[in-house]
Amino acid sequence: MSDSNDRKETAASPLQAGTQAPDFTLPAGPDEKLSLSDLRGRPVILVFYPADWSPVCGDELALYNEILPEFERFNAQLLGVSVDGVWCHRAYHKDRNLHFPLLADFEPKGEVARRYGVYRESDGTTERALFVIDADGKIAWSYVSPIDVNPGADGILNALEGLSNKEDSYVNERAGSKGQTQSTGR
Amino acid sequence: MSTSAPGARAKLNRPVDEEDHSSGPENALVTLVEYGDFQCPYCGAAHLILQEVQETMGDRLRFVFRHFPLTQIHPFAEPAAEAAESAGAQGKFWEMHDLLFENQDLLNERNLPAFAEQLGLDTERFARDLQNNTYHERVRQDFSSGVRSDVNGTPAFFINGFRYDGSWELGPLLAALQEAADNNE
Repeated sequence: MSDSNDRKETAASPLQAGTQAPDFTLPAGPDEKLSLSDLRGRPVILVFYPADWSPVCGDELALYNEILPEFERFNAQLLGVSVDGVWCHRAYHKDRNLHFPLLADFEPKGEVARRYGVYRESDGTTERALFVIDADGKIAWSYVSPIDVNPGADGILNALEGLSNKEDSYVNERAGSKGQTQSTGR
Repeated sequence: MSTSAPGARAKLNRPVDEEDHSSGPENALVTLVEYGDFQCPYCGAAHLILQEVQETMGDRLRFVFRHFPLTQIHPFAEPAAEAAESAGAQGKFWEMHDLLFENQDLLNERNLPAFAEQLGLDTERFARDLQNNTYHERVRQDFSSGVRSDVNGTPAFFINGFRYDGSWELGPLLAALQEAADNNE
């Protein structure tokens, strides 16, 4: 890839796993706002993408739209974020038959993307970046894809599996310690 | 914990096996796997290029097609995939695969049975398969393996087990396949 050097120059530095995800409130439609903190208690998949209307049919959002049932098995909420405005999002959302919200990081432009370290100053858009945020609002996994390569869904699913395994072992641990308490009580 | 570290190429999660539809020798130097959608115009364009690629590469190439229907934007992608499977059960997967791509603007409930008839299939059995969604699970298996292989749009290509992110225009694709063949020789 000849542009990999260019990319390095413009690449922001995304927030890493283990960091608390910065809260935000963004328009999810002309009369609708959504805050990250509203979704506490379930995993959130935050998908930053450069722009609505990318000229391929099998694009990133169409792909995630198709895979939504797999994400829902983990009770995860998918959110798309770009610097496009609400009316643009609305038309795109309808045209692509998307079943998850698109948030407008429009004013101040790219503010949320900046806070997540995925704003591209040179283009005025966001990186193609993925964040999986756990039920407590902590970033569990993040990934920035080369701008011209759609990321797939395997990394997201791995991260969600990691979270649900953690939860299982937590539950097992508690069940285990309960068992111990009982046996010591005897 | 990430398997998709930047720079790492996505890997084919399910190796090619006897369940797959493949064309070309099993021991070919290069295996090209496509995840495709019969109603996707880009897959339709790629189909023509792939025919040339197969002709040029000859026995050095094995081509495998797996289903990746984007049902939310292409209402006939799933029935078309199941139609190809149904034809496959009657020994005519590739014939149906070609016909579907060549007529992808004509995919609808009426034309799928007409394609079956054109290929000389047992049309009653074909109609029953579509009606009962006999091959829905089979198509889902392909789709799931694609999801876990980091398929990132359609068409998606894997060359000898690694996702190919370059252009699938004839020149670059052939060059990549030839390079893979040379590396294996």
